[in-house]
Order: sequence, then structure tokens, then C-alpha cells
Amino acid sequence: MKDMNEGWVTADGRKIGGVLMELRNITLKFGGVTAIKDISFDIRDGEIRAIIGPNGAGKSSMLNVISGFYVPTEGSVWFKGYQRGPMKPYQVAQLGIARTFQNIALFDGMSVLDNIMTGRLTLMKSGLFSQAFWWGGASREEEAHREKVEKIIDFLEIQNIRKTPVGRLPYGLKKRVELARALAAEPKILLLDEPMAGMNVEEKEDMCRFILDVNDEFGTTIVLIEHDMGVVMDLSDRVVVMDYGKKIGDGPPEEVRSNQAVIDAYLGVAHD
Amino acid sequence: MFYREAGDFKTSYREDNQTFPIRFDRMGFYVALAVAYVVIPLVIDDYWANAVFVPFLIYAIAAIGLNILVGYAGQVSLGTGGFMAVGAYAVYKLMTAFPDVPIFIHVLLAGGITAAVGVLFGLPSLRIKGFYLAVATLAAQFFLVWLFNKVPWFYNYSASGQITAPDRSMFGVFVTGAQTSATAKYMFCLILLTLVALVARNLTRGTIGRKWMAIRDMDIAAEIIGVNPLTTKITAFAVSSFFIGIAGALFFSVYLGAAEVGEAFGINKSFLILFMVIIGGLGSIFGSFAGAAFLVLLPVLLKNVLVGGLGWPTDLAAHIELMIVGGLIIVFLIAEPHGLAQLWRVAKEKLRLWPFPH
Repeated sequence: MKDMNEGWVTADGRKIGGVLMELRNITLKFGGVTAIKDISFDIRDGEIRAIIGPNGAGKSSMLNVISGFYVPTEGSVWFKGYQRGPMKPYQVAQLGIARTFQNIALFDGMSVLDNIMTGRLTLMKSGLFSQAFWWGGASREEEAHREKVEKIIDFLEIQNIRKTPVGRLPYGLKKRVELARALAAEPKILLLDEPMAGMNVEEKEDMCRFILDVNDEFGTTIVLIEHDMGVVMDLSDRVVVMDYGKKIGDGPPEEVRSNQAVIDAYLGVAHD
Repeated sequence: MFYREAGDFKTSYREDNQTFPIRFDRMGFYVALAVAYVVIPLVIDDYWANAVFVPFLIYAIAAIGLNILVGYAGQVSLGTGGFMAVGAYAVYKLMTAFPDVPIFIHVLLAGGITAAVGVLFGLPSLRIKGFYLAVATLAAQFFLVWLFNKVPWFYNYSASGQITAPDRSMFGVFVTGAQTSATAKYMFCLILLTLVALVARNLTRGTIGRKWMAIRDMDIAAEIIGVNPLTTKITAFAVSSFFIGIAGALFFSVYLGAAEVGEAFGINKSFLILFMVIIGGLGSIFGSFAGAAFLVLLPVLLKNVLVGGLGWPTDLAAHIELMIVGGLIIVFLIAEPHGLAQLWRVAKEKLRLWPFPH
């Protein structure tokens, strides 16, 4: 049995730390519809945590609770050992939680570079007047952050589209730019909502590589929702399985794969 | 052939970020600046100043202001005329109350007062969007005009209800009032326009500009990456109204000299400036200039051609002129919905490859 408080070292040598975020008895209701029913799980420092489940299981709602977009009806979210009160989404971003969206949410009117620079907004501090005259502070800050952004651009191999307006890019690249924008914020936790949806095999492989590299090089904790089981089983350290808003499985991929409730949920089971 | 970025290597991010990254553009900009500051003041006369240059400069300031709000931050406003009126009445009250303070300071203060009013009327934008916000700003337009008409304090209890700009000078040169020379009017507006354009460019290329555009393109995503929608929208309203207030102050004090609020700053003015922004190109500083030039120059040009060239009666020409301008706007928007700035952009992209497009 692994020591659950101290963390452990994975088979490929990555170190999984203590609990970074804990979700306790989360229930989320929209009017009469219960999207999430009494779910608890934790996210550990440095791990890749997958959330899977059939359509409508409440995965995206769960991600929205983590990202602070939804406030849970019941239950509490604990981050770095403190209970997180009700917050506005932009305040959650300032805590170091970044995300990508299932259907890309980039700023179409801006260039790739500007889009990624928006990821660093929470880190940029220069005031209105400094920016208005582009004296000292604002200009220097812009260059310092540009340098960081260029590293991410290199890392994700999108140098050649730097100045292209995002609206003109193909789907796969947009997904990558969105990942770049999320990474630019230097998040503690990175939430990826179906990062591989609608991609071909090569694009998926690229994306997998980037996710693993991000986790490995920056030590970013990653929470991802994905439908491609192969990807989930390969990438993740631990998997939460949801069905109809309830948690039906939680553990390492191999354990989840052999869990009877999970198999039933995915393959269907005769009810009598 | 001459319009190339090849060989023009950038070795720092600062160089890469400059406003005109292509050398030819940069040269063109400096030439335009030199013409505006050196050549035109020498040759300008009263007709050119009053019919073309001064209104163009002032409308360009207003268009930049509105473009920040509509084009960059995506908040539709039909209250421009009202906000210009705030600038005009603010500068009038300041000029009459503190005659010794330089007019330049008064104009900036008038901008500041308009910014405060703009913020107030911008508050509903936190809850309402699009057409609904447009209607809310329309209310601002009518309310402000009504206010300046009804409260005599604003026009210093003058019998006519008009405001008249007193003579004010800077460095011994009159810039308002009847004795002002064409050159002084022109230079005063030009300096302010240069400042406004510079500040607008700087704001839109940095953090604040990105926040505005993020809110415009997708407000939910913007919020999730850490943009505070409240402060972002409010700064957009403040900066935009600041510029529009300056434009209003100049329009009254330098250009008109005397104004009646409903006539000078009515709903027509709001639409005119909105058309400038749309025709010029939303989200482009250059577009603001282009749109202002288009809508100021076109009527003058048509009048000269119809009355001066073809010898039509003035009243007929005036009506035909309205119809032609209106028709052109429609044709233009169908041909290029993204405005003159987009045409310019496309032309530049073509020019970069010319004469060997492959």
C-alpha cells in the first residue's frame, strides 16, 4: 500500500507529492437536475489525474467546479490545505489554476502571440499610466514576459505561426495554442477538457507528448478529461470514473480497468 | 520591391514589437508626421482649416476614443454625442471659471470629467451586452443633452442657452475665440491628436489592450484566464470617454466657437462617429483616422464637385450629397465589412509580394 500522505515515485521515476487539491462531498445542482452527486477525491502535486465517464456523466461540470466557474451546491474545495470560499473565476486564475476548453475558447481577433500573452495577464502588474506612455515599467515588463512566452512557443513548436491571427488556424493548432495560453500562466494545476477531441492519430500523439513533457519539465499537476481510453490509460497516474454524476471508481489505470462498475458503465449491463 | 521585411532583422523583442515593423512603413510614418507638423501649418488657410483639417483632426480623436470602446473592448455605444457634450460643457465651465489656467490643461481636465461620466454610464455594461447596451448608452445620449438644455448653470445662465468660447491663448497665441488663426487651431488639434493616438496605440498593444480584446472576443474565456471583467470594461469606458471628451471640448472651443447642445452634440453626432469607426475598421487606430478622413472629406469633395464643378444649386447638391454618402457607405460595407483598415492591410500584404507574387 502506498503512503497516501507522503506521495510516491511512479514507475517512470516522477515524484508524486502530497495532496494539492481536495474535493469533499461535492454536489452540484442546476434547478432540479443534479449534475454531480456527493463526489470526493483528491489531486496530488505533480500527478496526471484523469476524469473519465460516459457522456453526460458530469465530467465537465466537475472541471468547472475545480476551475471555480461553478460554485458547488454542497461540499467544499480545499486547495493547498485551505478551504476555498466562493470566488469569481478570475480570482481562481490568480491562484494558479489554468484550463483549456472542450470547444476551443481562444480570442479569434488576436494573433497567436497575443493570445498566449493573455495567459500571463495575471502576472503582469504595470499600471495604466506606465502603459499609456510605454515608459520604463510597461515596456520592460512586456519584454520580460515576451521572453517567457517565447519559451513556451518553442516548447510547443508553434514558432512559425506566432503572428498569425488565431481565427485562421486549423483545429489541431488552435488546441495547441490554447494549451500554450494555459501554460503561459505558469499554473499549479492545469485543467484540460478533452485536449484530444477531434484530432487525428498524429495530432493526438503530439498532444500526448506535450502533456507528458509539461508535467515532467514544469512539474505541473494536470487534470484531464478524455474519451480516448488508450490515451487515458497511458498518460494518467490515477483515474476518477464518473457515471450519472456519481463516482464509480478511483485509482490507478490498471485497477480502474478491471473495476466491474466501470466496465458496466462503459459497456452497459442488463438490468433486471 | 521596396516594401519588404526581408533583410530587416530584428534582434530584440522591443524591435519586434514596434508599431511599424517594416522600414518603409516607418519612413512613411515619419514623412506623414513631418508633412503634418511642418508643411501644412505653412500653407493652411481659413477655408482648409475650417472645412477639412480641424474637423478631421477632432473627429479622428473622437473616432479613436469610440474605437477603443467598440472596436477593442467590444462594448457598443451610441452615446458619443452626449459624451462630447460633456467635454464641451466641462471645458466651457472651466474656461469661464478659471480664465488664467492654460486652455491645454482645461481640455485635458474636460477629458477627465467626461471619463468619470463615461464610467458612470458604463456601469450597466457589466450586466448587459450588445444591442441592449446600445440602448442603455442611447439613454445616456438623450439624458445628457436634456440635462445641458434644462439646467441653466451649465450654460452660465446665458439668454440664448448657447455656450460661447471666450478668447484663450497659449504661449501668447490665441487658440480659441474669433481672433484665432487657422494655423493655431490646426496645430492645437494636431498636438492633441498626436498625443491621443500615441496613448491609444500604447494602451492597445500592452496588457490593457489584450484584456479589452479578450473581453471582446470571448468574455467567459477571458474571465477564466484571470481578466476581471469589471475593471476591464470600466477602464475601456474611462479611456474612451476621456478621448471623446477631449474631442468634444475641441469641437466646441476651437472649431465651433459657439454651440447649442442639441444641434452640435445630438444623436446624429453619435451615429456619425460610429459610422467613422465602422467604415474605418473596428479595432484599428489607423482605421479611426481613415474613417474620419472618409466622412469629413467626402462631403467636402462632393460639394466642390457638384456645386463648384457642375454648377448645381446648393440645396439640391446638399440633398444629393447625403444620398451619395449614404449609398457609398452601404456599397463600401458590402464590399469590405472590415473597413478601410482591412483594405489597407490586404493592400500591404499584396505589396509585400509585388511584383513577384510567388
